[in-house]
Amino acid sequence: MAKLTLEELKKLREEKRKELNNRRTEGKDVQVIVGMGTCGIAAGAKDTFDAFLKEIDQSGLTNVTIRQTGCMGLCHSEPTVEVIVPDMPSVVYGNVNPDVAQRIVRKHIVGKIMINDHIFDKPAADIIK
Amino acid sequence: MAFKNYILVCGGAGCEANRGVDLYKTLQKELQEQGVENEAQVVKTGCFGFCEKGPIVKMLPDETFYVSVKPEDAKEIVAEHVVKGRPVARLLYDKTQSRTNAKLEDIDFYQKQVRIVLRNCGVIDPDSIDEYIARDGYDALAKVLTEMTQDQVIEELKKSGLRGRGGAGFLTWKKWMFTKQVASNEKYVICNADEGDPGAYMDRSTIEGDPHSILEAMTIAGRTVGASQGVIYIRAEYPLAIIRLENAIKQAKDYGLLGENILGTGFNFNIEIRLGAGAFVCGEETALIASTEGRRGMPIPRPPFPAVRGLWQKPTVINNVETYANIPMIVLRGGDWFAKIGTETSKGTKVFALTGKINNSGLIEVPMGTTLREIIYDIGGGIRGGKAFKAVQTGGPSGGVITSEYLDTPIDYEHLQKLGSIMGSGGMIVMDEDDCMVDVARFYQEFCVDESCGKCAPCRIGTRTIYNLLTGICQGRGTMDDLQKINEIGRAMQKAALCGLGQTAPNPVLSTMKYYEKEYLAHIKEKKCPSGKCRDLVTYYILPNKCIGCTVCARRCPVGAITGERQKIHTINQETCIKCGECLKACKFSAVFRR
Amino acid sequence: MLSLEIQFISLTTEIAEVLILNTTMEKPAADDKKLTPELKEFIRQWKPKPGNLIMVLHRVQEHFGYIPRNVAFEVADLLDVPLARVYGVVTFYHLFKLKKPGRFKIAVCMGTACYLKGGEDIIKELENILGVGLNAVTPDGEFSVEAVRCLGCCGLAPVLSVNGEVHGNVKKDQLAEIVAKYKGT
Ligand SMILES: Cc1cc2nc3c(=O)[nH]c(=O)nc-3n(C[C@H](O)[C@H](O)[C@H](O)COP(=O)(O)O)c2cc1C
Ligand code: FES
Repeated sequence: MAKLTLEELKKLREEKRKELNNRRTEGKDVQVIVGMGTCGIAAGAKDTFDAFLKEIDQSGLTNVTIRQTGCMGLCHSEPTVEVIVPDMPSVVYGNVNPDVAQRIVRKHIVGKIMINDHIFDKPAADIIK
Repeated sequence: MAFKNYILVCGGAGCEANRGVDLYKTLQKELQEQGVENEAQVVKTGCFGFCEKGPIVKMLPDETFYVSVKPEDAKEIVAEHVVKGRPVARLLYDKTQSRTNAKLEDIDFYQKQVRIVLRNCGVIDPDSIDEYIARDGYDALAKVLTEMTQDQVIEELKKSGLRGRGGAGFLTWKKWMFTKQVASNEKYVICNADEGDPGAYMDRSTIEGDPHSILEAMTIAGRTVGASQGVIYIRAEYPLAIIRLENAIKQAKDYGLLGENILGTGFNFNIEIRLGAGAFVCGEETALIASTEGRRGMPIPRPPFPAVRGLWQKPTVINNVETYANIPMIVLRGGDWFAKIGTETSKGTKVFALTGKINNSGLIEVPMGTTLREIIYDIGGGIRGGKAFKAVQTGGPSGGVITSEYLDTPIDYEHLQKLGSIMGSGGMIVMDEDDCMVDVARFYQEFCVDESCGKCAPCRIGTRTIYNLLTGICQGRGTMDDLQKINEIGRAMQKAALCGLGQTAPNPVLSTMKYYEKEYLAHIKEKKCPSGKCRDLVTYYILPNKCIGCTVCARRCPVGAITGERQKIHTINQETCIKCGECLKACKFSAVFRR
Repeated sequence: MLSLEIQFISLTTEIAEVLILNTTMEKPAADDKKLTPELKEFIRQWKPKPGNLIMVLHRVQEHFGYIPRNVAFEVADLLDVPLARVYGVVTFYHLFKLKKPGRFKIAVCMGTACYLKGGEDIIKELENILGVGLNAVTPDGEFSVEAVRCLGCCGLAPVLSVNGEVHGNVKKDQLAEIVAKYKGT
């Protein structure tokens, strides 16, 4: 990657922002975002991540991206996963073990039905629009 | 087909008791009766906090937040909200009830948290500089490099009122100004990521979730004070944070946002990582500098302050991770924006690691001035297992305890100090009725004995002596004289110790002695530990009138101290008993008794 | 004057430490460890950077699991610092070890959150299972247990880590399973 100038940084920001927003609102894609801080990993986030990969692969879904992020702060219910599906409000699931991951794919992503007992509140509004 | 509405009913332990389950069922029934079961799904959720106002219902996608909802309200919620699409006003959470005195116009939400430091944590991929950039990343740096003078940056910081988040709360703008004013061909910018306070992990999470924000802020600091080299001193215990930082540094260099000629402006700044090696005292700034120089982390007396003579004897800005994480937002939105959040003397937000005997342990960020009660009950969901709240410890080994009387104190630097505790770096440990305050004081003192660097006598000898006295009290050998001695030694250490470690080491002890004198007296005079934690002071008995001879306790006892035949009264052999309390936990008939 | 005195004190402690060094670091018979070529290269790269000692020791310990006696001599030599400095630094920081730990290093957190949630009981139970006390190595060289301060996962207390892999919300009766998971692998 070449070094950026001021202009290029601005352009890159616009591009990437569009990409992020598109993913979020235009609904082309389903996103599964797994919290992978030390706590999350200690609570089994890696297994959860793998379970999502496997289940999505087996279901033949091609419109799902799985990403990692840092800690969402809900240590009491790690591993945590945010699920963004077009036409559905995005939600955060907690205590997502491989079994719950499988259910999220089958019910939430495919069936558009939310799963009982695992949804947690997002801790705060996003200050960056 | 997705539903039009999702009705989230909180199913946390607190709400279950508050008839959350009934509500869930009634809502489902109402949906069917009103013929809209295809319009909305009722979902049981985990705990949302706010347990005092439970059960809670959150409507998605419009984020309406209902509190104290009863099953009788289900009909109206379905008829009004689901069918007609208008909220039920009388159930709405009244925002004016919020005790938080900080209001931001762009955040009018029921939530108690405001995330500035943690703005990207849990949102972006920490390994992707592109995602950071997409969320205004490096915009502040561009602004500082191209539109602002050094003095303007300091001026914004001054307006913001930002104070150091590493413990002492020194005004950041002053630190930067002092460093800028010293003439020197070389200066340094250090990020203190040593986070030695046991029970705190804000800095780790911030770095793991958003490493670029630290790099950006350090570069801004470099430009402002005239430094071209930065150092991040981070605990070796945080391997993931180190990997993410290394990766972030590499990406920033590739993009020309770090290194030579940043963004083509001719400004050079580099950052390197130095690892700590497990010494609490290295969080103290002069000790940290010694350690960065490859020596033992022993503090030196200040002044001269690092701003004048720091790393390699050169002027050095040293700030905490969280302090840095605030800075890009202050530059972008202006100091005035930041100063609107918080209290008179303490601006902005504070990140706390809420742990201990709390239902929803976690990392939270609240505006300064939020009360402890809001944090523990609204966000933390109250005490685990329905036990009684006893105390909150803040400030780790340098802080003190806050009792239930002071739960409504707004949290800021001054108020906590007045209560005999400190803000500290942000560890907030909740204790319940099972925790013994003398034992907690002993625990912290043991920590300080381990961590004292041994350079100055008040700390080296003082911590050891207090520790021995406290151990004696916990074992039933304490006398009233001991309390007097602890007090005297503690006061002497506060005045005479060389660095912050020794000066503050007596705090947890003195603070518990002040607020829990009765507990100390019980240990000394009655040789009893009211909470049952100090094993030498408790005895377990089996109440003959309650024991039915089920043998569960005898089977659970790890040392075979309980004897008795099936359906006959059991007894505990006090000689063999190790007082682990397993029998007490095991007995379903309340026949085991602790004294 | 005061600073002179302090310098003098630290000088005498350094001398004392060299004496201790010769007696406490593991004897050559049990310790014929030598710097590997990669380690030497690492040291060569770091040598020009001031304040390199701690970074070098980290790398050495990452390789051997501790700081072997002979290697400490070599490091002092290559970095051109007095052996007393090396020893002083190694003994000051809790992380550096002079004795070889077990192949699996179990670190039980005794930070505040973990202490309150029963970290002590975890240590006791581990001692029972492994049959050795804190900071000792099991006879087969597989395990050693140490108490550490806060692994930064306090929300999951009580916490322990095995060779850096963190386990949260640990219960006493899971310990045997955790130990078994590593044993012999
Ligand atoms: C014993 C002791 C331990 C400290 N530990 C830390 C620490 O772990 N992290 C930190 O940022 N500051 C720590 N400090 C405070 C630092 O000395 C220093 O004040 C701080 O890094 C300055 O940054 P700030 O102005 O951004 O708060 C400690 C101070 C003392 C006396
Ligand atoms: S106290 Fe154990 S991980 Fe922090």
